[in-house]
Amino acid sequence: MTEIFGVPFAVLLGQLLLGLINGSFYALLSLGLAIIFGMLNVINFAHGAFYMLGGFAALVAFNTLGIGYWPSLIVAPLAVGLIGVVVEKLLLRHLYKMDHLYSLLLTFGVALMLEGLFRHLFGSAGKPYPLPEALSGGINLGFMFLPAYRAWVIVASLGVCLVTWYAIERTRLGAYLRAATENPSLVQAFGINVPVMLTLTYAFCVGLAGFAGALAAPLYQVSPGMGSNLIIIVFAVVVIGGMGSIIGAVVTGLSLGLIEGLTKVFVPSASAIAVFLVMVAVLLLRPSGLFGRER
Amino acid sequence: MTLLSATAAAPTTRSFSTVRLFLLVAAAAVVLAAPLAIYPLFLVKILCFILFASALNIVLGFAGLLSFGHAAFFGGAAYITAHAAKVWGLPFELAVLAGVGFATVLGLVFGALAIRRHGIYFAMVTLALAQMVYFLAVQLPFTGGEDGIQSVPHGTLLGIVDLGKSTSMYYVVLGFTAFGLFVIWRAIRSPFGHILAAIRENEQRARSLGLNVERYKLIAFTLSAALSGLAGSLKAIAFQLASLADVTWHMSGEVILMTLLGGMGTLIGPAVGATFVVSMEHYLSTSGLPITFIIGTVFVICVMLFRRGIYGEIRARLLATRQPSDLGD
Repeated sequence: MTEIFGVPFAVLLGQLLLGLINGSFYALLSLGLAIIFGMLNVINFAHGAFYMLGGFAALVAFNTLGIGYWPSLIVAPLAVGLIGVVVEKLLLRHLYKMDHLYSLLLTFGVALMLEGLFRHLFGSAGKPYPLPEALSGGINLGFMFLPAYRAWVIVASLGVCLVTWYAIERTRLGAYLRAATENPSLVQAFGINVPVMLTLTYAFCVGLAGFAGALAAPLYQVSPGMGSNLIIIVFAVVVIGGMGSIIGAVVTGLSLGLIEGLTKVFVPSASAIAVFLVMVAVLLLRPSGLFGRER
Repeated sequence: MTLLSATAAAPTTRSFSTVRLFLLVAAAAVVLAAPLAIYPLFLVKILCFILFASALNIVLGFAGLLSFGHAAFFGGAAYITAHAAKVWGLPFELAVLAGVGFATVLGLVFGALAIRRHGIYFAMVTLALAQMVYFLAVQLPFTGGEDGIQSVPHGTLLGIVDLGKSTSMYYVVLGFTAFGLFVIWRAIRSPFGHILAAIRENEQRARSLGLNVERYKLIAFTLSAALSGLAGSLKAIAFQLASLADVTWHMSGEVILMTLLGGMGTLIGPAVGATFVVSMEHYLSTSGLPITFIIGTVFVICVMLFRRGIYGEIRARLLATRQPSDLGD
């Protein structure tokens, strides 16, 4: 077997694949964070909690309603998106004119509420979600074995990122969104209902987080803490990439996943803090982030 | 500078002075007599968090920087103090000093990194840096992983006062807390404090006045980290425990809540908030209700309905009735 720096090729590829999977979750979440920040000027601390909600939505749909994996990929984001509508209309909307820090604190409170509630209802332990049958096998690529579900996770999340990018950069609706980011009052004067657009944007982006949660359910276990651990890493990703561009968020997310995977192979003890170390380096060398301009 | 201090020296303070003196004496009497009526270790916990929240208030309230990573200083210092007292066998004073020294250096490094970004990014950077400390605490062998460092010796103060007695522990922690609050009070009322307020209100203008904004932010952040470390060190000795709970982001969030709930940017506010939150948790812990959920709800209510906090609202109302124009610091 070929080796690279004393590490078997297959092991290296396996870790890179895991890194790519983590990276696609980082990408999905930081994409949503970036769009919410661009449109609403809000850093959504509750993003991780919505990711967790997506996982639980899929789990509850499966266990009590008998809804299978494939429909729950649509049901879970919709359910999470609906909760997003409530949060935006009831709470977040009233803080747009305040200092950004208040919306950060508000969404932090929401995250605590959701996490606390689910810990109370379901306990802290992780709950397994069965692999969908169609994806339970794997593909032998000759040099390594590729579990089908992992391949699907990467394809699905990258597909969703691509569609989102297309919708925002290449469609008329996306043009409205971008225009409203630059100058909301002018866009409103043209007869576009900006407040509704903001609500829908928030709902869509937390729906993305919910989708990521449902996608993660068979891979990791579903637990109330699954989002809060992830969101802090995603924050570091956002600091590294800057929130200026959608492509930037996706590329940064994926590459940090890969870097994490590589660290796991070569310096296993540092893998948990790899992303944060990269963040420190970026802060020192390029304080405004790789793709970012500070706002 | 002279302009700033002239507007900030409120004429109302003098007319209050007799009332203030009376309130101060009454408060001192209550604080000194408190362990007669209430379990001293519970009071010690409140004191530690009063110091912690007041320390955070230097950056959050007075300099306008939202640090989401103060648990790193609190919990980090707790670990160092616990290790110094238990494994190295250092006396109480030196163990606390070691913890505070660690928090100060960590604050200097984290502060220097975080002030390179502003606003929301500042919050995210501090959060991420603190999470790094959390992961290190999980992995490093000396922290004892999930168990933390347990049965840290109490020791004695200057070799005379036995800190094993919870009442004497209370008075020692009270002394440290009073010292910490005095340092904060002194710093905030000094020209340094006015410069911080200027930076908070308008950073560009402060910069255009020739102030080295970064340096002042860094000093404020380091001072805040050092005092947070003092709170963490005292907590580790008083409760004989340094654990992972002290370095989690929940802890950073909780101390923000204390400061926010009591009143950011006021001297008394964080103490009110800390007392409220610690007492609430104490009474809820036996009730079986989901504490995290309730903390989150209090957070949301506070942000939505009274952003000035409990003490901040009261003070604003009092000032408004006396002199509508003066709402400054």
